[in-house]
Amino acid sequence: MSYLDNILFAILLIVGFGFFASSVKKIIRNINLGVDVNRKDNSKARWKNMALIALGQSKMVRRPVAGILHIFVYVGFIIINIELVEIIIDGLFGTHRIFAPYLGVIYDVLIASFEILAILVIFAVTVFWIRRNVIRLKRFINPDLNGFPKSDANYILYFETVLMLLFLFMDASDLHLQNVPGGFSHFHRAGSFPISQFIAPIFNGMSNELVALLFEVFWWLHIAGILVFMNYLYFSKHLHILLAFPNTYFANLNPEGQFDNLESVTKEVKLMMDPNADPFAAAPVDENAVPSKFGASDVQDLNWVQLLNAYTCTECGRCTSSCPANQTGKKLSPRKIMMDTRDRLQEVGKNIDANKGVFVPDNKTLLNDYITPEELWACTSCNACVEECPVNISPLSIIMDMRRYLVMEQSAAPMSLNAMMTNIENNGAPWQYSQQDRLNWKNEN
Amino acid sequence: MSESLVVPTMAEMLAQGTQPEVLFWVGCAGSFDDRAKKITKAFVRILNRTNVSFAVLGTEESCTGDPAKRAGNEFLFQMQAMMNIEVLNAYEAKKIVTACPHCFNTLKNEYPELGGQYDVIHHTEFLKSLIDDGRLTVEGGQFKGKKITFHDPCYLGRANKVYEAPRDLIQKLDVELVEMKRSKANGLCCGAGGAQMFKDAEPGNKEVNVLRTEDALEVKPDIIAAGCPFCNTMLTDGIKHQEKEEQVKVMDIAELIANAQDL
Ligand code: SF4
Ligand code: SF4
Repeated sequence: MSYLDNILFAILLIVGFGFFASSVKKIIRNINLGVDVNRKDNSKARWKNMALIALGQSKMVRRPVAGILHIFVYVGFIIINIELVEIIIDGLFGTHRIFAPYLGVIYDVLIASFEILAILVIFAVTVFWIRRNVIRLKRFINPDLNGFPKSDANYILYFETVLMLLFLFMDASDLHLQNVPGGFSHFHRAGSFPISQFIAPIFNGMSNELVALLFEVFWWLHIAGILVFMNYLYFSKHLHILLAFPNTYFANLNPEGQFDNLESVTKEVKLMMDPNADPFAAAPVDENAVPSKFGASDVQDLNWVQLLNAYTCTECGRCTSSCPANQTGKKLSPRKIMMDTRDRLQEVGKNIDANKGVFVPDNKTLLNDYITPEELWACTSCNACVEECPVNISPLSIIMDMRRYLVMEQSAAPMSLNAMMTNIENNGAPWQYSQQDRLNWKNEN
Repeated sequence: MSESLVVPTMAEMLAQGTQPEVLFWVGCAGSFDDRAKKITKAFVRILNRTNVSFAVLGTEESCTGDPAKRAGNEFLFQMQAMMNIEVLNAYEAKKIVTACPHCFNTLKNEYPELGGQYDVIHHTEFLKSLIDDGRLTVEGGQFKGKKITFHDPCYLGRANKVYEAPRDLIQKLDVELVEMKRSKANGLCCGAGGAQMFKDAEPGNKEVNVLRTEDALEVKPDIIAAGCPFCNTMLTDGIKHQEKEEQVKVMDIAELIANAQDL
């Protein structure tokens, strides 16, 4: 009988982590649907990026209010996970505050700092909620977010608040029982409770047994809540708390202005320009060659880093709020580009799951069904979105790959751009001037 | 102003068996656009005055392919790039200076993978280096005391992190340099990049260049300085749109320096 708790707890953990593992597997599988791109070079610079941007939050604080509040939540999250280790051990072995005797004063300090962080998290989350729901900052009421994304953001805030409150109430009831004259059950004196000591008085007048029961309730709800929250990540923009790390590691290290070189095109262009190439010779047959497609019309044409980007996007809208096209009322929203990519990727993933591991065409593509050419053509390729993203996502790279598809596969550029390209082809300039006149300026007045 | 420009070509240089210190990549705008040609000439006047040995490709120069690439036409881009690289490599070009951030970015970042390795610098960086080496001295002249704001071209600033050279040059003119609310990494595009220069804007409620001009006018400048022929056009149009041509001028940094020296 006395082991029942421990067994229940073990089952809860196994189910919680089991579900989580299966979501992680799905995410990895989906990301691997993308084409390969080498982002394993220069590991030193990559670690540095990750340390500064994901761990150090360097890009978050460019908007200081959100940045500092976010740091509270972030540090709170990390530190409270340390407390989780103790909770898990206690749960599995039926102990109570197992680390306390070993850590002594350090334990007091740790618990005290957890509590302070918990209250800072509640404070930050409240401000976040007000920014979204009362002040209604423009980037949070943008139509991109209508529907689930808007509720998702609020659910996360509620969840975090509830988890922190449960943590504080758990400590408060514990403190109350620790203070019972002569001691009560296994509630030994341990920890320091700068915040929950103010909550503890609400237990005055209750029987010790009732408070002990309440403690159990808070304790179980807290750990169960954490497990539920962890499994919610898969469905939520909150996945960034995990993916921000790999995402910043694998981010593009080249100058922002350097767009990737399409190797497949290089091969063809070289062949075209090679005077020795026999134009009538059949192309060498490559057994493994996949018919190559230029640019991207669906998620499978994007590279895995772009797909990782889509899962990492936190929908903060910093990109969109700095986008010149968006600011001037055009349909383009870089955030929407990322959200669409993720939605489509999830859809493709579900399709694969439903069809025993193979994708069955569903007559839909990322292009047109999610992202329209109008959005794509509004981009000035200014990199404001890339610069602004706190986790180094590049919406621009997806926009460019889709433009490439429109132009090279479908010849569907706006007419004026076709004219510009014809001019370059014929005259070596985007305007209709002869290359022979290039130096005329020298003698003009 | 009256003295005629000395503009040798790489072909002429080669015929004389010499290599210039630097190849001046003029760019399509700098070659053909009436407004941008003035920038080209201003820069050449400075080069002439400071006796920098330079040469242009002249009729052998062709579009770098930047607008084609940003429009999504990788084929056309790579064809342009490979043709240009062939010419540049034939002349054994090493150092290239250009007054166009789009040419600058493409030559510097996108040509190496296709076999074109050059030391590419923007004209503001080059002018700065001339001053640092004592080859060029600049005083305020006609601009002394004027209020100037600098618009960061996306392909110079964010794309390549060149923020200081143009500002250092402006400061040499004894002027008051004022920053717009969005500048440097947070700068707002002029609206021309990504091949937008060559097409109509998508429907919206404003043109990007108008918004950017509003940013600039907010700091009440006498002059908006630019370092890109496309930004120059966009901002000039923006100023016209606001009917402020009489009060505010848009000038390239090369023009500021040349005019200050009465070149
Ligand atoms: S690069 Fe394109 S999507 Fe990104 S901010 Fe600029 S215009 Fe917007
Ligand atoms: S791409 Fe980056 S900046 Fe844009 S919404 Fe996503 S996380 Fe925020």
